[in-house]
Amino acid sequence: MKVTKKDVEAVAVLSRLAITEEEKEKYTGQLNAFLEYVDNLSGLETDDIKPTAHVLPLKNVFREDVVLPSLDRELALSNAPLKEDGYFKVPKILEG
Amino acid sequence: MRLFDKPAHVLHDMLVHKEITAVALAQDVIARIDEVDGNVKSYLTQTREDALKKAKAVDEKIAAGKEILFLEGIPGAIKDNICTKGIKTTCASKMLENFIPPYDATVMNKLYAENPIVLGKTNMDEFAMGGSTENSAYFPTHNPWSLECVPGGSSGGSAAAVAAGTAIWAVGSDTGGSIRQPASFCGIVGMKPTYGRVSRYGLVAFASSLDQIGPLTRDVTDCANVMNIIAGYDEKDSTSIKANVPDYTTSLVQNVKGLKIGMPKEYFVKGMDADVEKAVRAAVKQFELLGAEIVEISLPHTEYAISTYYLIAPAEATSNLARYDGVSYGERVDGIDIVDMMTKTRSEKFGEEVKRRIMIGNYALSAGYYDAYYLKALKVRTLVKQDFDKAFEQVDVIIAPTAPTPAYKIGSMTNDPLKMYLQDVCTVPLNLAGLPGISIPCGFSNKHLPIGLQIIGKPLAEDTIIRAAYTYEQSQKFHNEMADLGGVEA
Repeated sequence: MKVTKKDVEAVAVLSRLAITEEEKEKYTGQLNAFLEYVDNLSGLETDDIKPTAHVLPLKNVFREDVVLPSLDRELALSNAPLKEDGYFKVPKILEG
Repeated sequence: MRLFDKPAHVLHDMLVHKEITAVALAQDVIARIDEVDGNVKSYLTQTREDALKKAKAVDEKIAAGKEILFLEGIPGAIKDNICTKGIKTTCASKMLENFIPPYDATVMNKLYAENPIVLGKTNMDEFAMGGSTENSAYFPTHNPWSLECVPGGSSGGSAAAVAAGTAIWAVGSDTGGSIRQPASFCGIVGMKPTYGRVSRYGLVAFASSLDQIGPLTRDVTDCANVMNIIAGYDEKDSTSIKANVPDYTTSLVQNVKGLKIGMPKEYFVKGMDADVEKAVRAAVKQFELLGAEIVEISLPHTEYAISTYYLIAPAEATSNLARYDGVSYGERVDGIDIVDMMTKTRSEKFGEEVKRRIMIGNYALSAGYYDAYYLKALKVRTLVKQDFDKAFEQVDVIIAPTAPTPAYKIGSMTNDPLKMYLQDVCTVPLNLAGLPGISIPCGFSNKHLPIGLQIIGKPLAEDTIIRAAYTYEQSQKFHNEMADLGGVEA
């Protein structure tokens, strides 16, 4: 077993997912099965192969720095779970 | 006369020649929804309210002797991960249960310019993660050819709607086969264009280097026409390609004489359904009779494509889905502090498969594993792409099955995600390499479930694929048969 329950707990924190004890077991099993499944890649010699993150030969894409129309504030906030005075509202982040 | 069973180009001609009215057409397709969508369940949201008013305006335009555009007055459906201003866009997730986009996707702007009748948003696997539409947070969609079977996925709602006659055309998205495989399962035509051919602006991102929007239609002629509408460079999508878009309808010619077609031996995999193999091999024979030259080719890294895909796609997805934090849009579940709020929101509102992929993605990207998994996958992606580059030095197109099996029963694979991932063996390599591909009907299984043939092209060679697909289609006419869902003959 490559992945331990502790690894699963750590990944869940990174993922901002709360998981139950039962789910921890389940994910540990599934992640291990998954890693075993993708292990066929490890046999391939790839030291001299360049990675492909993207199929198009794109570099940075620039445009002229001109002001274009954008969403008005009301519309941009229209799906906010909570808003106030034209701002998104979130639980308190800073102490004090 | 029922109209829902006809492709868009036939209906367009009937409208132009005043044989039917757009109102009668809209009424007929809406009646079809009322008749069968309770069983098929393609639609998550319906937008029929102003359909008749819009149709009436089209009729008035025709009566006034004005020209109409190809999709004008033709009812269609949109996958629910494509942003529609003012119309709920849920991605079949509880996370976006109440999300009403404040803008339209570029594809919607292009489609709306045609003045079609959009009848609603279609069901899908949550955030497009899955191949059966069973991962929808709302309900599964059923295959019109056999209601106990899945329609495929993730664009299962769009495919089932076109197959059931509850939409004449639809658009979907394809990250690892999500247009082609449901098209195959539902006996219709589905195309994944070259990566960058169609703007992704306004497509809710799953795996940004793999996602591509494309049409699901009754036949190749409709596919070419919808491609004409949606393809093209968009400055709002920095990965869209600045290349001229040909008129795809000029490729609707029956001619494959001298066309070199590659048959990759690796795509006729172990565990492939015997009916699928028979139908695809018969199609190969048919191409030969039509004058094409069949060349056996090898794509040696095919066996690594699924592993590569299932490392890259979740890695990209986990980054894309980080935005669902309960702050700017989507649902929020309150917590004692901001991290608790985010964690509760994501835990309660994401479904099981989405969470699994987020976990896989974060694992593959995390310190200590990045090189072994994510970077390794990116390197193997290069090898998969090089296989195609080499093959295309010899051949013009490649043909293969779209999926190793016909549609399977709902619930029969849900307990084994790895087995379900294997279903994508013939489709994911194209996404990894950015290539265009089409799935067209090529026969039926012994249970009379549709089988799809996949035609793969060089980058930006959608025109060649369309020509090959059209030539085959016109020689076979499997596409003329529609699923029998009962209903009243009028």
